[in-house]
Amino acid sequence: MEDKDKKIESLHLKLIPYFEKYGILLLLVLMILVMHILQPDVFLSWRNVTNVFKQISWQSMLALGVFMVIVTAGIDLSVGSIMMLSLMILAVVAKAGAPWFVVALTPLIAGFLCGLINGMGITFLRMPHPFIMTLGTLYIFRGTGNLISGGTPISGFTDEVRYLGHGRIDLQWLGLEKSQYLPVSLVLIAIVYIIFWVFLNKSKTGKWIYAIGGNPNAARASGINVNKILIIVYSLCGFLSGIGALILAGRTDSGYPNAGLQSELDAIAACIIGGASFFGGRGTVLGVFAGVMIMGILRNGLNLMDVSSFWQQVLIGSIIVLAVYIDVLRRDIGTRK
Amino acid sequence: MSSSSNPLLEAKGITKYFGTITALENVNLKVHAGECLGVVGDNGAGKSTLMKVLSGLYKPSAGSLFFQGKEKILESPRDSQNLGLEMVYQDLALAGNLPIGENIFLGREPTKNLGFLKLLDFNKIKELTNAHLDKLKINVKSADQKVEELSGGQRQAVAIARSTAFNAKVVIMDEPTAALAIKEVGKVLDLINSLKKTGVGVIVISHRMDDIFTVCDRVMALFQGTNFAEASLSSTSRDEVIGWIMGKK
Repeated sequence: MEDKDKKIESLHLKLIPYFEKYGILLLLVLMILVMHILQPDVFLSWRNVTNVFKQISWQSMLALGVFMVIVTAGIDLSVGSIMMLSLMILAVVAKAGAPWFVVALTPLIAGFLCGLINGMGITFLRMPHPFIMTLGTLYIFRGTGNLISGGTPISGFTDEVRYLGHGRIDLQWLGLEKSQYLPVSLVLIAIVYIIFWVFLNKSKTGKWIYAIGGNPNAARASGINVNKILIIVYSLCGFLSGIGALILAGRTDSGYPNAGLQSELDAIAACIIGGASFFGGRGTVLGVFAGVMIMGILRNGLNLMDVSSFWQQVLIGSIIVLAVYIDVLRRDIGTRK
Repeated sequence: MSSSSNPLLEAKGITKYFGTITALENVNLKVHAGECLGVVGDNGAGKSTLMKVLSGLYKPSAGSLFFQGKEKILESPRDSQNLGLEMVYQDLALAGNLPIGENIFLGREPTKNLGFLKLLDFNKIKELTNAHLDKLKINVKSADQKVEELSGGQRQAVAIARSTAFNAKVVIMDEPTAALAIKEVGKVLDLINSLKKTGVGVIVISHRMDDIFTVCDRVMALFQGTNFAEASLSSTSRDEVIGWIMGKK
């Protein structure tokens, strides 16, 4: 009898690492199942699934950027504003009649530069915490975006510019119907997430990003240039926000002053739900993706069931608290105290 | 190994100011191959500052460092590591979220090329880690274990393993036994003794006379940022060294 208990216990211990890695995916699958049971005709339809991916497309970029920052034990509150500013610059450049490839490049460059400003502010100005620097730039970037656009929406982009956010990959050659297309934004999410998964897990710089989050002094003592890595991380975060802007430009065909308002909080929420630790050094790219998906599916499912958006806020908030509490419980079992 | 008259590492006239505070004044230090030098002194005597100068973390305000007879200027910890000068910090400087192997190779990870990409070679990290831990007779369950799951003594052992993984010639240890349980202290001291046998010069900063008198060959005392006294272990006693720490000869 005792032997049997021991076996079960050791089985539990063996399962913990897998649960740590893939537990969040379990939650995602569970949610998909529940939604499917509640909305059997609609939820898993081609149209709705692609819709979910289109809706999360730009948020997933912000979340991935914020995730890298959170791994270094930092925070970036300015991603929504970076996206809005990049979008406005794109709109102004497009209105000025620049060729499409210039228009498409501008948000990426603008986003990267905004991130560079964040990174240099945090390191060179020795801000006591990234929260302060990026809180400042949250206002600065959005204000700048309104200054250059006059605070009014600017609409009408060419199809090439809108391709990433609006483009469709026809699948009729596979024998599918015309309505069963693949959104370009879905392919983009997959590509970007795979690139960043390789970067964070298989490259030296990626390993150092985790090391800085685990113990910045250890990283420094190992001869790692911590400030340089931080600047890279914030710049990449800005760059991803720039990609978000390009996707949003495609989706909405418009640069508008409220673009990305409070989306930094959604991005942080997705990271936290996905298992990233605010203390740094913990979390996976797969987890962030699951976090983004969970928030997207929750919103989509509740919309399908005609639940008020106020309930969505309550539920998303509850999931954040619940997800972190489960994490706390898991850590109680998992690590030595 | 010859511990000839040529020291492996020598510091001459090291002075360090922090603003108006003089942390070190005209301090000299040398260590030979296969020798263990104990550095003692009260809190604030300048021990840690001296070690940080030696490891390249601080630049001295005056004075010079000689490594194998040649003058060297250390701009960063990377420079000292390249010379074979390694530091084991008091707070251990390990990233708890990373496995043992990745901590040992942090900042110097072996890579393999995949087309134009340079990717981390995890197999090699594991292989080298296991071989190195075996060499130092350090027992851990697996090189993949995260450092935060280890005991204090195991962490200290990993920190020492880390410092010696790249053909270190001099290893500097800041209070290597301070945070350890009694039965773990012995293991760490054994580790220091086996390092000496491989011809490594070891500098140990410690408050504990037991440590100094178990592993060191020579002991020097700092007092208020200056050289106060120095003697070979055989020609001094615990009481005398304790007196030096308090500024009495």
